[in-house]
Amino acid sequence: MENNNDQLPLWEVFIQKGGSPFKHEGSIHASDKNMALQNARDIYTRRGEGRLIWVVPSSSIAATTVEEEAEFFDPADDKIYRHPTFYKMPEGAKNI
Amino acid sequence: MTTKEALYNYVLRLADDNLILAQRLAEWCSCGPILEEDLAITNISLDLLGQAEDFYEYASELNGEKNVDELAFLRSEREYFNHLLVEQPNGDFACSMVRQMLFATYAKHLYEALLNSRDEKLVALATKGLKEVKYHFRHSSEWIIRFGKGTEESNVRTQNAINELWRYTDDLFEMNETDKVLITQSIGFSLKDIYPLWKAEISHVLDAANITIPELGNVITGGINGMHTEYLGHILAEMQFLQRAHPGAKW
Repeated sequence: MENNNDQLPLWEVFIQKGGSPFKHEGSIHASDKNMALQNARDIYTRRGEGRLIWVVPSSSIAATTVEEEAEFFDPADDKIYRHPTFYKMPEGAKNI
Repeated sequence: MTTKEALYNYVLRLADDNLILAQRLAEWCSCGPILEEDLAITNISLDLLGQAEDFYEYASELNGEKNVDELAFLRSEREYFNHLLVEQPNGDFACSMVRQMLFATYAKHLYEALLNSRDEKLVALATKGLKEVKYHFRHSSEWIIRFGKGTEESNVRTQNAINELWRYTDDLFEMNETDKVLITQSIGFSLKDIYPLWKAEISHVLDAANITIPELGNVITGGINGMHTEYLGHILAEMQFLQRAHPGAKW
């Protein structure tokens, strides 16, 4: 990652709360894994949020770009048959 | 000295250590080397302030006359029983981390011993504090290894810090009449038994960081008897100003 200031490398922070899946919370700077975990703990779990933390170097994340948006996502816009809206829901099944 | 008087002195000592170090660390607020560390260091400060409050509440209960604020903010320098190490100035970041590691290691082993105290309240407070100081130890010791093995400058600064602060470490293991009374009651424990554990752990970290323990002749002690270095008075002047200027002031 391009670093044109005196900050340490960037890491993305994911935290699991209760039984929910890990959720992206934000990012922090750190020079190694241990520091990244501690900084994530100090910044994102100070008020008792969270039971588990993942940290990932931001440079390791492959991401789509705004330029690619059309080819990645537009084809899904006009295909309503991909949504399961053509079935009758059985009575009593509320959370499908 | 009755057991109750000794226990009061002892709890005050624990409270004062935490309060003074919390105040020192709070001086880093907004001055941390990076945002993340600024939050980490003030977080540690707040942990210690919380522990101090719990110990002052217990001391107030034992004392029966003075409330928590009076104990924390209205005593004079000679009435504080904190160790000399915690009142030393922050210096550079390496110096603050060395001070933190030396103290956190001490607190960790002390609280572990207090888990076996005959005094239930002390056991409860040690249990709570132990979790926090274990984290403080982890945080500060990793910085020291990072510094020691980092650049030449970071190594030199860390070595300078240990050279400067080592003379105050014997003070952590001083005992007085208070300890004697509590040891016979199985409420307190001999710091002579804690010293080898502390020394082994400190040596382990410093070895890993390529930092050497200095050989020093002139050690300075006296904290637990109210004999302090010049720095405590300045800390108290700043810390007590509000309560002295506006007695009984509340948020």
